Amino acid sequence: MSALVFAALYMIGDPVSMLASPEATDAERELIRQSLGLDLPLWHQYLIFLNKVFVHLDFGNSFLTGEPAIGLILDRMPATLELATSAMLMAVLIGVPLGIYAGLKPENLGARSVMTGSVLGFSLPNFWVGLMLIMVFAVFLHWLPAGGRGPVETFGPIRLSVFSWEGWRSLILPVTTIAVAKCALIIRVARAATRECLPLDYIKFARARGLSEARVLGVHLLKNILIPIVTIAGLEYGQVFAFAVVTETVFSWPGIGKLLIDSIITLDRPVVVAYLMLTVVFLSLLNLLVDIVYTILDPRVQSKAGA
Amino acid sequence: MTQMDIALASPALPAKRESMLRLFAQQFITSKLAVLGLILLVLFLCLAIFAPWIAPQNPFDIGKLNIMDSKLPPGSVSSSSAMTYWLGSDGQARDVFSAILYGLRISLIVGFVSVSAAFVIGTMVGLISAYFGGRIGALLMRIVDIQLSFPAILVALVLLSVLGKGVDKVIIALVAVQWAYFARAARGAAIVERNKEYVQAARCMSLSWQRILWRHIFPNCIPPLMVIATIDLAHAIALEATLSFLGVGVPVTEPSLGMLISNGFEFMMSGAYWIAFFPGIALALVVVAINLVGDHLRDILNPRNEI
Repeated sequence: MSALVFAALYMIGDPVSMLASPEATDAERELIRQSLGLDLPLWHQYLIFLNKVFVHLDFGNSFLTGEPAIGLILDRMPATLELATSAMLMAVLIGVPLGIYAGLKPENLGARSVMTGSVLGFSLPNFWVGLMLIMVFAVFLHWLPAGGRGPVETFGPIRLSVFSWEGWRSLILPVTTIAVAKCALIIRVARAATRECLPLDYIKFARARGLSEARVLGVHLLKNILIPIVTIAGLEYGQVFAFAVVTETVFSWPGIGKLLIDSIITLDRPVVVAYLMLTVVFLSLLNLLVDIVYTILDPRVQSKAGA
Repeated sequence: MTQMDIALASPALPAKRESMLRLFAQQFITSKLAVLGLILLVLFLCLAIFAPWIAPQNPFDIGKLNIMDSKLPPGSVSSSSAMTYWLGSDGQARDVFSAILYGLRISLIVGFVSVSAAFVIGTMVGLISAYFGGRIGALLMRIVDIQLSFPAILVALVLLSVLGKGVDKVIIALVAVQWAYFARAARGAAIVERNKEYVQAARCMSLSWQRILWRHIFPNCIPPLMVIATIDLAHAIALEATLSFLGVGVPVTEPSLGMLISNGFEFMMSGAYWIAFFPGIALALVVVAINLVGDHLRDILNPRNEI
């Protein structure tokens, strides 16, 4: 995998032509090439790369700024994490109730419009939603900023914008952009799970015991539809990381997605390779985490594994 | 032998096929939204095909453009009062309406070509892996699993950063992203069919495996594949627009809807909203129309009624 990405990326273009000034002589260009290690054969470059990654956790330095690539990414990680987490929270908090509602009365007009809305939600491209939000709320109404991150509060090495009013304001539009698509998906999952669970005995039994509708839905039903929702929310959280590429570009949000696009365009290979490697590790860890949450939510999973 | 073939693959009988089509049409018109989507889709197809005759201006003919007419709001009359810019004009004095018609063409071509290619490749891989099973099948499906675990946009981005810009390259990237969906669906459907009696009967007649696969199993796998194809068409068009918006898709000389939106984005902040807004509306209508059709097709053709 790493070999594939490495080879593919290193065959395209010549980063030296992007870095050196147009007036640079051939000798100067050669010097840059040597200092970056680009004069060595490809397999040699790859071995050096592997050695650095596994022995020193070093993904090389950015061609552009000279800083370590991994540092650049980790530096921008909090911005993306903040965006992705707020968006998933918003999607779950809105999507689950709407999904349950649509599942309870599938023929109802309200439920049908929720479902049609969800088709809109996930068919509209992400950048389109962002653009429309900018147009309405930033250009016409001047309510919210069109881009950027606003002031950030520092907590040790982590900088977040959720702690200030201005930061909140600049979060709203990008978060909504991502949440619209994810919310649509969660509505569908919650609806399907609700329809599956409703005819089952324990729901009938809970109703027969005369429990309030709120308790039947909020405790008995919710507990049982959580498994598919957690699965989807977990996997989608990983997807949001990638989707953030688009949203961050639209809103010039200084996260890792924007960094990836900028690096692809300027042929800053070490940063692109480091980003992809970290994303793979992150997605794998996320899958593991979802599996662990399963065993907490559903004791049956655990006993099956033990048997 | 051909007689036997037809007799064995029962849905291929002419009379029966006609009644099935009618049944299908009757089911299809039960959803008004889906019919609306289909009408819109046909309308857009016509607009795209007849763009050179409908468009008031050829947006690629730079000689016809008058720089005095740039950034006119919707409904303005051109300085030579020869035409009216119903949807305004962009920064290079192009008529936005004409640009949309030509952009629609490129978007739809990219969508249809990439989905057709992905359909053929994916279905072949899926059917072969289902029919033969064993190591080849497992290996092919492992590749599909690995690919599907990465977000589509990320795979396309990395591929395009390797391949460079161009309509053909975007199509290659979209095929590479989408074949896996078809492979998985085709395999799922074919595994069910593989053990049915008509396949066993065909095997008993010692027909060649190619014949059994294409003439007997494949026709019965078409419904789920059609659903995937429709939804993927919308997906492909949206993904192409996103990639072009990010600046790694089609070149400026062949502007798709996404490229038009990207061009208009910079003017949006200064209030010239129409340059990005109207192509955006066109894109959204196309994608939503296709999805409405696809969503209803899934309801009709998939008895399991998944999310």
